[in-house]
Amino acid sequence: MSKTTVPIVKKIMSANDQIAEENQELLSKNKILTVNVMASPGAGKTSLILRTIENISTQYKIAVIEGDTAPVTIDSDKISSLNIPVVQINTGGECHLDALMVRNGIEQLDLSNTDLLIIENVGNLVCPAAFWLGEHFSVVIASIPEGDDKPYKYPNIYRGIQSLILNKTDLLPYVDFNIDYFKKGIEALNPGAAFFSLSCKTGDGFNKWTNWLKTKIQEIK
Amino acid sequence: MHELAITESLLNIASDYAIKNNAQRVISLNIITGKLSNIIGDSVQFYWDIISENTICEKSILIFNKIPAKFICQACDNEFEINSELIPCPICSSMNLRIIQGDEFLLNSIEIEKDLGDSNE
Repeated sequence: MSKTTVPIVKKIMSANDQIAEENQELLSKNKILTVNVMASPGAGKTSLILRTIENISTQYKIAVIEGDTAPVTIDSDKISSLNIPVVQINTGGECHLDALMVRNGIEQLDLSNTDLLIIENVGNLVCPAAFWLGEHFSVVIASIPEGDDKPYKYPNIYRGIQSLILNKTDLLPYVDFNIDYFKKGIEALNPGAAFFSLSCKTGDGFNKWTNWLKTKIQEIK
Repeated sequence: MHELAITESLLNIASDYAIKNNAQRVISLNIITGKLSNIIGDSVQFYWDIISENTICEKSILIFNKIPAKFICQACDNEFEINSELIPCPICSSMNLRIIQGDEFLLNSIEIEKDLGDSNE
């Protein structure tokens, strides 16, 4: 027997990244802007998606992939009630979506008839950050009740994002939340990221987000 | 919690290279983790011992080489190491920083055992 060292130098996530790249190629070829929505449970991912659908679905054809850890259809039922095609992915307890799950989801959609694909990731501020799904950009939703220190405590998910939504601004009068401190953390991690503060409940600030999203959809056309 | 998925990926890559290089078994794996990569070595090791059973990697050792996090200041080009996240540039106090090292998660090499007389390709 002899001992040998085999050099490899390979990203351990490369298998996921390879599939993610194929996902993105397929989506770009079909001119479908794809957004990965990440947030903690309860921050308002589904509310944001529903209101976005209400605001722009007359202009653009939208499809949704819903990730949940448990075999429930609570979120996907809400979306299909708006006559939007939705694929439910049950991760079977896994804490995140990965590129392969999303590929299986994409295969069930009518790609020739879609302008915008929204992927709702599993509610979690840690694991989804490690798995690129093939999206064109990711958006993280933070919400006022979570507290203003979250960019400092969960830097990995707040780093490398192109857009950040601060939701539930209607609760600002009732919660101690320092927007400047929060924004400083986001800017340090993502110089130049788009920042939207809004309320999915009242609609306050929502148009800024949808206008920005519409320009992104146009850019890929 | 996603360490299981990561460990499966590690096993696939290591087994693939071991088989390609005609290994009898894998002795150890050299893994590089950046300080910001959020990988818990103990947790990967725990899953590793279970999922590598009955594979070419059975009983192999995981060696984690941790590398520090480095940022470059976009305002004054100063490069600096950090221990905690989100400190301003120590020279000009700017918070406009870009990460240049520390989020790696790589399989750098594996040590394998081969039959004597095998071609050493």
